[in-house]
Amino acid sequence: MSTLSRFHGGIHPPEFKTLSNGTPIATPPLPAQLVVPLSQHLGNPAKACVSIGERVLAGQRIGEADGRISAAVHAPTSGLIRAIGPHAVAHPSGLLQDCIVIDSDGLDHWSAPSPLPNWQEAGNDEIRTFLRDMGVVGQGGAVFPTSLKLGVTTLEQLIVNGAECEPFISCDDRLMRERAAEIVDGIRIAAHLMRPRAVLIGIEDNKPEAIAAMRAACAGSGFEVLAIPTLYPSGGAKQLIRLLTGKKVPHGVRATDMGVQCFNVGTLYSLKRAIVDGEPVVSRILTLTGNLARPGNIEARIGTPFAHLLNWAGMQADNEGVIMGGPMMGFDLPGLNAGVSKASNCLIAKSRALFPPRPQAMPCIRCGECAKVCPAELQPMDLYWFAKAKDMGRAQEADLFDCIECGACSYVCPSQLPLVDFYKFAKDEIWAAEREKKAADRARMRHDFRQLRLERDKAEKAQRLAARATPAPERSAAPDPDKAAAIRAAMARAAEKKAEGGSTPAKTPLSDDAKRAAIEAAMARAAANKAARESAVSHAAAPGDEAKRAAIEAAMARAAARKAAQSAEADAKGSSDSAAGVSPAPAPKPVMDADKRAAIEAAMARAAAKKAAQSAAADAKGSSDSAAGASSAPAPKPVMDAEKRAAIEAAMARAAAKKAERDAAQKGDH
Amino acid sequence: MSGFLTALAIMAALAILLGAILGFASVRFRVEADPLVDKIDAILPQTQCGQCSFPGCRPYAEAIAGGEADINQCPPGGEDGIRKLAELLGVDFKPFDEGAIEVKPKSVALIDETTCIGCTLCIQACPVDAIVGAAKQMHTIIASECTGCELCLPPCPVDCIQMVPVGTTVANWKWSYPVIPIKVVKA
Repeated sequence: MSTLSRFHGGIHPPEFKTLSNGTPIATPPLPAQLVVPLSQHLGNPAKACVSIGERVLAGQRIGEADGRISAAVHAPTSGLIRAIGPHAVAHPSGLLQDCIVIDSDGLDHWSAPSPLPNWQEAGNDEIRTFLRDMGVVGQGGAVFPTSLKLGVTTLEQLIVNGAECEPFISCDDRLMRERAAEIVDGIRIAAHLMRPRAVLIGIEDNKPEAIAAMRAACAGSGFEVLAIPTLYPSGGAKQLIRLLTGKKVPHGVRATDMGVQCFNVGTLYSLKRAIVDGEPVVSRILTLTGNLARPGNIEARIGTPFAHLLNWAGMQADNEGVIMGGPMMGFDLPGLNAGVSKASNCLIAKSRALFPPRPQAMPCIRCGECAKVCPAELQPMDLYWFAKAKDMGRAQEADLFDCIECGACSYVCPSQLPLVDFYKFAKDEIWAAEREKKAADRARMRHDFRQLRLERDKAEKAQRLAARATPAPERSAAPDPDKAAAIRAAMARAAEKKAEGGSTPAKTPLSDDAKRAAIEAAMARAAANKAARESAVSHAAAPGDEAKRAAIEAAMARAAARKAAQSAEADAKGSSDSAAGVSPAPAPKPVMDADKRAAIEAAMARAAAKKAAQSAAADAKGSSDSAAGASSAPAPKPVMDAEKRAAIEAAMARAAAKKAERDAAQKGDH
Repeated sequence: MSGFLTALAIMAALAILLGAILGFASVRFRVEADPLVDKIDAILPQTQCGQCSFPGCRPYAEAIAGGEADINQCPPGGEDGIRKLAELLGVDFKPFDEGAIEVKPKSVALIDETTCIGCTLCIQACPVDAIVGAAKQMHTIIASECTGCELCLPPCPVDCIQMVPVGTTVANWKWSYPVIPIKVVKA
């Protein structure tokens, strides 16, 4: 037998439990319409997996768990999905939240149960996923998904919370009295998963029938049922852990870190129903009490509108509002349209007799009564001062977030200050500031990254441009294969010419090929002229040799001229081809000019060569017939086409020159 | 007399020693960056809206730290933000200039997707990359990342973006400041 410890403070308000705990759990008639909230648990709301107009059966999943911290939602009865959207929910703000509205068909047809019969062999993960999909959440008030709480596999003590310390509420009391065996089955499953060394069931000693029922059900199981003194808030998780194990859970430490996990009896009951009977959480035990004709406990389907239940229990004419939860920690419902959720444990109809208006609040006199009763061992008057002054930083330093909002301080305050309201205000402000700070940090991060990205892109672009700019001289000269080929041909020609003439300037820019050809043609012409002159001057001395040399030189000049003409033509062709793609405007003009000039020069060179040859031939007719015939006859043959073209071009050039001359003459006349 | 001189010598020696330690520490443990800018930047709301006439929150923080800008130029930060800045910098609270900039409730941009022509101009304007879309594809705003800076409004050629105030939901609802009702007592 474990010995009990004491937690700090606590109060003992009037219980009002006998109002509702005397009658067995009843089942009210099904309402015509049910409003099932999609967010009945801590974490992400469930995602609706049915569509409007769809027919559903009781127990059918209508909302799927979204993410790790979430739980599924099921249809509480058979019927038609009427709407999916914002609807009033049980929340102090009266704001709307997404709900699934079901029109009951009154038949209450059930889908086939899907239990997990071999749970003893099933793995921890399998059972937890199963519970999540069955919508099992903590029914003590926090509605934390049970699947997450079962993740701990080694435990010293498993605490079962049957304390039910708040006045008026008796749903756990009735549940333990009537369904103790099923709760114990649930404990067995939890114990199987978490392997605790001890299972301690704490029940306040104002519920002797429940203690007896649980002791009977636990007989032989090794689970220990402990009667704890009736002292509010012994049902708080930290307070119950302190009571049963003597362990104090410090600030910022989770109970599981100390080897303790706490479950409400209602949670374990629904856990058993889900695993053994295959019944998802579609109902819960709910206390209807206060100013009602027939107060008592009911098994209410999730989604049943509060008005339906209260009317069934007999709302009185002098009703002054309804509290959801207990009188200490509950809140006034802003309306009765909302449906029962997994967190709804009690509805209290208020009357002036039961809940007299709170007297006028007076200034805090620092009497310290609140600190005496605070179960979290805080200094409530300090928290009140800080919250009132909106000094959130100091409120947080005074461990505001260890406050469990039990309301003991407000209860004992001789100045009637609504202390817990101040703490709730301060907590919400701090949370909102925290959210804003997180959003600002995220925005800063995203902005910084954007700046980084823009700069990086800019740098990359600059790098690309630089990479393109460096090899430009090589590539810009030959952007396409045509031009490259032309240049290669020109280079080959240059090399040929160099070998041939030996006087080609190596440095000449390749793009000026036509010009060079012209220069070479001019040189050839000069050579031909020289030859002609020489032959003219010294034909008497050595007529045979002279004629021969002149003929050879003439042939060479012709060849050079032809080559120049050809190269000029090729160049013109190549550069005009490439010019079409690269530089359309300036390229063709100089090429054309060069071409023309080359042709003219070639023609002139040819003429000079002919003249030289003729004169040489005339001079040395008798002596060197064979030489002239040998040198002049074969030369024209292979260059027939080129010569012809050169001749045509020369003629054209001559015509142009003549025209120019004529023009000039005319101009001169004028 | 000798006691006086000894005391003087001891004090002088101490002064030199401590001075040397301080001098060494000021060199050895010098803080390179300006931590004040970070502190100011942490207070600013990071909307990056440019309503302060600086290109983003950090440039404004740098300007405040450098004494070039006033603390009352950030409308999204509200008067609360000015108060925090005043407290941090040890200066007096200074309200917003008369009619200079109006403080609006927190809003997020919403693109009318039927009107959007997919020009990507708003995407380029968004300082926090909260708009997704591609050329000639419908754009949309990631509401959770939108800071409500309104920088996407002017570039839109078809005026399909509007600011929608963020309403109160169950998730962001706050418990109001408790007020103690005052009753009129007849004399």
